[in-house]
Amino acid sequence: MGHPQNKKQTLYDKLWQDHLVKSRDDGTALIYIDRHLIHEVTSPQAFEGLRLAGRKPWRTDSVVATPDHNVPSHVEERAGGIEGIVDEVSRIQVKTLNENCEDFGIVEFGINDPGQGIVHVIGPETGATLPGMTVVCGDSHTSTHGALGALAHGIGTSEVEHVMATQCLIQKKMKNMLVRVDGELGPGVTAKDVVLAIIGKIGTAGGTGYAIEFGGSAIRSLSMEGRMTVCNMAIEAGARAGMVAVDDVTLEYVKGKPYAPKGEMWELAVANWSRLHSDDGAHFDAVVELKAEEIEPQVSWGTSPEMVVPVSALVPSPADENDATKKAGIERALEYMGLEAGQKITDIALDRVFIGSCTNSRIEDLRAAAAVAKGRKKADSVKQVLVVPGSQAVKAQAEKEGLDKVFIEAGFEWREPSCSMCLAMNADKLGAGEHCASTSNRNFEGRQGYGGRTHLVSPSMAAAAAIAGHFVDVREMQEAA
Amino acid sequence: MRAFTKHKGVAAPMDRANVDTDLIIPKQFLKSIKRSGFGPNLFDELRYLDEGQPGQDHSKRPINPDFPLNHPRYQGASVLLARKNFGCGSSREHAPWALDGHGFRAIIAPSFADIFFNNCFKNGLLPIVLEEEIVDQLFTEMYAEEGYELVVDLEEQVVIKPNGETLAFEVDAFRKHCLLNGLDDIGLTLEDADDIRAYEAKRREQAPWLFDAVK
Repeated sequence: MGHPQNKKQTLYDKLWQDHLVKSRDDGTALIYIDRHLIHEVTSPQAFEGLRLAGRKPWRTDSVVATPDHNVPSHVEERAGGIEGIVDEVSRIQVKTLNENCEDFGIVEFGINDPGQGIVHVIGPETGATLPGMTVVCGDSHTSTHGALGALAHGIGTSEVEHVMATQCLIQKKMKNMLVRVDGELGPGVTAKDVVLAIIGKIGTAGGTGYAIEFGGSAIRSLSMEGRMTVCNMAIEAGARAGMVAVDDVTLEYVKGKPYAPKGEMWELAVANWSRLHSDDGAHFDAVVELKAEEIEPQVSWGTSPEMVVPVSALVPSPADENDATKKAGIERALEYMGLEAGQKITDIALDRVFIGSCTNSRIEDLRAAAAVAKGRKKADSVKQVLVVPGSQAVKAQAEKEGLDKVFIEAGFEWREPSCSMCLAMNADKLGAGEHCASTSNRNFEGRQGYGGRTHLVSPSMAAAAAIAGHFVDVREMQEAA
Repeated sequence: MRAFTKHKGVAAPMDRANVDTDLIIPKQFLKSIKRSGFGPNLFDELRYLDEGQPGQDHSKRPINPDFPLNHPRYQGASVLLARKNFGCGSSREHAPWALDGHGFRAIIAPSFADIFFNNCFKNGLLPIVLEEEIVDQLFTEMYAEEGYELVVDLEEQVVIKPNGETLAFEVDAFRKHCLLNGLDDIGLTLEDADDIRAYEAKRREQAPWLFDAVK
C-alpha cells in the first residue's frame, strides 16, 4: 500500500501500514481499530450520538468498558456499589455507562467486578490489549498500551462515537521520533524518573505531531510495568502515542493473560509479533538521546510536567530564563506553587501523598513504595497518604503479598481501585494550597483539587516523602535500610 | 455539525503558554452526560474567585475582575488569541464544548496540542496556527484597540485584520471540506464500509486472535 517492501520501517510505520484500510487523495487515511476501551466520563455523549443517528457499534467484541474516574476509593462507600456512590452526578455517570453497555451489548467490568480497574491498568493485565494492536480510548493516557508494541492513543468523544460506528479513525500519519536511553539506571532510579527526565528535556510540546518510540538499553531493561509508566507519559511530552518494541519481556508478560491467544494461536501470534520493532537503519524524523547514568530521582516543582528537576536541585529562577513567555510561566508557577526561586527541593514540605493512577498503580509500583514504607511511619505533619491500587487484580496481588499491611502499619490508607486523586473526580482531593507528592502524571493548576499543588514523583520517592514529611533522595533511605 | 465558512468577531486574549484542558474546563464539570452547558465554566478557576460546582447558579458567583475575559471590552468575543501549545493535557472534548458554549468560533495560536486540535474540528470550532511573531503582533494590536475585530475566512484560508491586511493559514483539505459543509464524518466514513469490511476479513484471516476473544 504505497510502501515498497524493502523499505526500512520504524515500529510505528509497521503498525500504521498493518492497519491502513484506505489512503485518500486528500492525505488522510482510514485506520482500523482493534481494541476500543471506554470509561464513564468520555463515552455517554458518544452513545447518545449513536442513538440519535440510529447507529449500532460496528464490532462489540472490540470494546471493553470499565468505570474508573468517578468510582469511590473509600472502602465503605465503595462497598455499596453504584447505588452507594454519594455524589449524585458521579453516580448518574457510572450508571449511564452500565446502561449503555447493556443496551449495546458491550462487555463491562462493573464497579466491583474482579476485573474492574483503571482502564489503562486492566487492558494489558487482562490481555485485552496485545502487541500489534491499534488501541484507542477517550483518554489521553491510552499511550500506556504502546508499551506492548501497540499503536495506542487517546481520542475525543466524537472519535469514540466514530470508532464505535465504523471501527476506524480518520488519521494523518504522524512523524517518527526515537527517544533512546542508553546505559544502566542507578539504584533508586525508576521508569518514572526516566520519563520525567525525558519530558524535562524535550518539553511538553516536544513530541507534538510525533509518535515516540522509546528505545535503548535502559528502556529494554525495564519491566513491562516500567515501560507502561514511560509510554503513559508520552502525552505529557505532547506525543499522542508512545511505544516500545516487542521483545522477550513483552512475550513473557502477555503469555497466559486471560484474553491472550493460547496454544497454536499463541504460536501464530508470536510469529507475527516478532517483526514489531524498528528495522536497523529505519528513518526517524527526530532522535533524542539520554544517558541513563545521568538520570537522578526527579521531582516536579511547577505547574507543567516539563517543570521538573533532580531531587538534589534547587527550584529554578525566572531570572535565569531569557524567553519572555517561559519567564512569565516560571513566575506564575512559583506563585501558584507557593515556592521561592532557589529554594531546595528537599525543603518542600508535603501535606498529602498520593500513590496510584494509570502511571504508577501497578504491582511493581506498590512493591517499590512498600519497600520504602516497611518498618517506618508517615510523618505527623503529613495529613494523609493514599495508596490506591490500579485494579482489583493488583489489589488482590498486593494483599496476597502483605503490602496492604505494610502500608497500614506505616499510617498510609489502603483504598479501592480508581483514578482517585490523580484528577480528583471522586472524593479524594487536595485542599487549596496543599502540597502533594504524587505518583500521577499531571501537575496542572487545580488538577488534584482546587488550589492544590502537585509534585510528580516515582512511587518510592512518594513513600520516602511521606515518611520524611518533605522530599528526600530515596537513595539515602534505601542505603540506610 | 454546524458549518464554518466566514466569521467576524471581537478578539480576546488567553495570554499564557501551555494552557491545558484542565484549565479550560475543570474535572468536576466532566461528570455531565451532555454535550452542552459547559460555557459558564470555561476557564472556571480563572474566571471566578471561588470553586465552582456542577449545577450551581454561576451568575451568583464572585467574578475575578483581573481575568481579561471578564472585562467589558471582551464581552461577546468570538475569536480567542492564545499562546503556544494551547489545549495540552487531557483528551476531554468538553474543552472545545466549553469554548463553543462561551461563544468562541475560532482560536488563533502559534501551536496546539494534537488531540485538542483534532477535537475542535469535530465541533465546528476552527483552530488556526499562525507564526509566533504574527500572533505576538495580533496580541499587541488587540490590546491597543478596544473592539479589535478579526475576520476568519475558511474558504480563502485567511485571517483579515481591521486594517485589511490578510494573514494566510494552512488547513487540511479534508477538515476544511467537513467544516465548510458542516459534514458528519461518520457518514463519510460509512461510505467506505465495503473497504472496511474487506480489510476486516483479511485481518481476521491473518490475525484471528484479535477477534471474538472478548465476549
